[in-house]
Amino acid sequence: MIRYGKFLRRFSLFLLTLPVLVFIFFPVVWLSSASLSTQVELFAIPPHWIPQHPTFQNYLDIFFPSQAASSVPRTFAIALLNSIKIASSVTLICIILGSLAAYALVRIPFRLNRTIQIGILGTRMIPEVSLILPLFIVASSLQLINRPIVLIIAYMSFALPYAIWMMAAFFQTVPIELEDAARIDGCTRLGILRRIVMPIAVPGLISTAMFTFLLAWDEFFYALIFTSTLAAKTAPVAIAEFVGRYAVNITGMMAGGILAALPPVILGLIFQRYIVAGMTSGAVKG
Amino acid sequence: MRKFTKVTMLVVTIVLFAGLVGCGPSAPAGPVTIHVLTMDQAGLKPAEIDQIAREFEASNPDIKVVMEYLGYDYIHDKITTGMAAKPPAYDAVMIDVIWPDEFIKAGYMLDVTDRVTPEMKAGMFPASWNGVTRNGKIYGMPWLMDVKYFMYNKDILQKAGIAEPPKTWEELVDQAKTIKEQGLVEFPIIWSWNQKEGVVCDFTVLLFGNGGAFLDASGKPVFNDEKGVQVLTWMKQTLDDGLSNPSSVASDENAVRDNFMAGNSAFAVNWLFQFSDSNDATKSQIVGQAAFAPMPVFAAGAAAGVQGSSVDGSSSFAIMATTPYPDQTWKFLSYLASNEVQIKYSAEMLPVWQDNFKGDALTNLEGATPTNPMTVPAFMAQFPYANERPTVSYYNEASAALQLAIQEALTGVKPPKQALDDAAAKWVELAGQ
Amino acid sequence: MAAVSTSPPRRHLSLRQQDARIAWLLVIPSLIVILGVTFWPIIYTFILSFFIVPTGINQVRTFVGLGNYLEMVGSRTFWETIGRTLHFTVVSVGLELVLGLAIAQLIHSHPWGWKFLRFSLIIPWAVPTIVNGAMWRWIYSADFGALNGILMQLGLIKHYVPWLSLPNLAMELVILADVWHTMPFVALILQSALATLPEELEEAAAVDGASALRRFWSIRLPLLRPAILVALIVRTVDAFRVFDIAYIITNGGPAFRTVTITYLTYLNSFAYGKQGIGAALSFIISIFSIIMAFFFIRTLYRPEETQ
Repeated sequence: MIRYGKFLRRFSLFLLTLPVLVFIFFPVVWLSSASLSTQVELFAIPPHWIPQHPTFQNYLDIFFPSQAASSVPRTFAIALLNSIKIASSVTLICIILGSLAAYALVRIPFRLNRTIQIGILGTRMIPEVSLILPLFIVASSLQLINRPIVLIIAYMSFALPYAIWMMAAFFQTVPIELEDAARIDGCTRLGILRRIVMPIAVPGLISTAMFTFLLAWDEFFYALIFTSTLAAKTAPVAIAEFVGRYAVNITGMMAGGILAALPPVILGLIFQRYIVAGMTSGAVKG
Repeated sequence: MRKFTKVTMLVVTIVLFAGLVGCGPSAPAGPVTIHVLTMDQAGLKPAEIDQIAREFEASNPDIKVVMEYLGYDYIHDKITTGMAAKPPAYDAVMIDVIWPDEFIKAGYMLDVTDRVTPEMKAGMFPASWNGVTRNGKIYGMPWLMDVKYFMYNKDILQKAGIAEPPKTWEELVDQAKTIKEQGLVEFPIIWSWNQKEGVVCDFTVLLFGNGGAFLDASGKPVFNDEKGVQVLTWMKQTLDDGLSNPSSVASDENAVRDNFMAGNSAFAVNWLFQFSDSNDATKSQIVGQAAFAPMPVFAAGAAAGVQGSSVDGSSSFAIMATTPYPDQTWKFLSYLASNEVQIKYSAEMLPVWQDNFKGDALTNLEGATPTNPMTVPAFMAQFPYANERPTVSYYNEASAALQLAIQEALTGVKPPKQALDDAAAKWVELAGQ
Repeated sequence: MAAVSTSPPRRHLSLRQQDARIAWLLVIPSLIVILGVTFWPIIYTFILSFFIVPTGINQVRTFVGLGNYLEMVGSRTFWETIGRTLHFTVVSVGLELVLGLAIAQLIHSHPWGWKFLRFSLIIPWAVPTIVNGAMWRWIYSADFGALNGILMQLGLIKHYVPWLSLPNLAMELVILADVWHTMPFVALILQSALATLPEELEEAAAVDGASALRRFWSIRLPLLRPAILVALIVRTVDAFRVFDIAYIITNGGPAFRTVTITYLTYLNSFAYGKQGIGAALSFIISIFSIIMAFFFIRTLYRPEETQ
């Protein structure tokens, strides 16, 4: 009897997971299916849930544009590349600068340590819209608009505090006894950082790196304002431009959307453990 | 101090790396590159403009042209942000007929009065120069003269037993009812009434067709008088009666074209590009069925002497004031707007050179492409009645208020009179600032 | 023997002081970046908000004191926008919390396939916001969207509805798209927290006869409180400043119904050419965020949390 009850319970719980899975997957599956359709099929009423004549043409238009393809897919590949360049640079800088600062803040007592910590935490809360005007004015007078560097710098405003905060939480999990022991053995502060703390905190570094990459990849507002030409336009901006002309090339937009979503989704799936650890590093006392 | 140098070296490396990645391509030595922004909507298609650019480069090897295309609704804000860069993000941009006042005030447009040759001045339609001239100074090169046309589907009207397209909007309603009752299409009329400039264009057509206007002689808004309210009420009524497609409230001109091309509507008001697209066998289901008719007016407007009404949607190209390459840019714009080029691509866009519409040249023009025999007479008939939207520097925000008001009335949020009154109040406020 | 201790000149600094030096070295690069890219712009925005700043080249800035702020406070649009933004925040965060908690619980109870469920949860979160918006915009499309398609095939509607044009519904649809995208964040945080909860407390309570509901309410929920609080505050601050998704799904329409406070700032700064008002709006948003940040820090930084 008990086993029957337990089975029933497990089964009904399983049933509950089904609507959740549908909720999660339906939009994405629909997007993928649409990206493999032709325009004509996409406009069909009722909708062809699975395209009857699937085609990779939309993707081909983006990577191997022919003259017939409109200009937006042609330039989309460049926008993807820009996103990769910018997100990677931001991640690299934040990891390096951020981990150095984070270690100092959590392990080295010095005057103003507490103040700086609170200050950094506070700046994480500042919305982008508050910074956009001055950054825009300065960037334009320094002739930085439309160059990737302006986005890299602007993204520091939210990525660096985030990285510091995450790394700080991870550094705190390194047992202090190890550091003390190294101290006693005559190791310098920087030596401890390099030889003891960093190797242990590698998962934390990976988490922070993934998180920062996703944050930078996702960003839209600054990219919209600061970049208009191909020199620096990022994938989200390119997608938004697709939408502006969607009646002309919706299938292209779908393909572009999938491509723009692939890097973060794949990274998210592979490094899931790390990312979730990063998310919870402030939430769960550990 | 070893640690110090190590950390410093690390930081320096990062900065160098960021600089390398970040600084992007530097200006290439050799040919000058100019950037041009234009819309991917009315006018020539991007593929055609690209071709023109390549032809220009072939005969001007020291100039490289990089074209960029955006949906119309995004261009205005892109200009604002692009102009903040030095050098500006674009050397030339497409300027809609409603923007010069705002942009000249902001200092974006280059004075090109001295570059315009007498041939250009005399050759192009005076109306097209009016769009870019303020206080006697010329700020751009005319390019596209476009108005909204009234297009209908011949086949659907024939099946419904309607002999002639409507001459008044009231007739249109009757014809639409007939078509709907016979079950030929569910929603016979489609409009671009989404909350963008497109709805103000349609409103302009209807408002002037009722004998109304935007501003009076002293510049005060009068679009909220009884004529304007009648127009807005009429618009809402057609939606309520199921004659205008409910998705009109979310449609822009591209969506109107798509709907018309799919054979889902009998009547569609749109720019010229809808006609050529409707005859494109790769996209359209109604090849050969689209036809022009003069834009209807309201019975009250006809009684008041209004013979025709449309809206001027012309655009020109302006050189950005801070460009480092004004001469090269002007050279390209002159080529783009030249008579030969315009005639060659006249299926999408009729030339702005007026001699084409007289005598032999007219016959020539009409024969240039398969659709010209229909588009040229339509243009000549409709263009004289093109109405302007207000040429004020605060137009962008004013139009936004009007767009909002019309949306609110059409979706039943506010009664038409109140919505228009609120918009008019906003216009007064903006004028005072 | 006279042994003179010859300490090298360097070592007049105590160990603690040397340490502090290194600390500064490590912190200063980040500090410079943050001061330059965050602190200074906030101050500049504040100053800018006291001027009328028309966009354009060589435009004159006119000092107006509190003029911009007064204009905003007196404008109905401003208050309606604040109302809409609060509506978005409350409903969106509320739904995320409820759904997130429910899904976290579901995963925690380990039904069949729970690993797959947890694995897939990250997908909506990882999809970029703009792609998410474009995707939902197409789903809601009046002419060809999936929502219309499904409802029609199920026989629930007779003709396609222009969902995004219904002023009273548009915001809720944007909220739905946002919830889809950010609910996994809450769910994953709560699920990790659940996984670390000590089971003994609940087992003891079960032995004592407490019902599942009672156990949930009196034991589990309080233990989850820190995690819930963090998720709540982070999401609230983020939801209040939403822009991307409103921009891409509805462009602020219909009838301004999806214009949020950040969107209003964008419009004023870049579409209407009124950067002074834009600065004032930005500043107001910053104040709100800082207040929320204050609560956040206070919640998180209990005395025992320092090094």
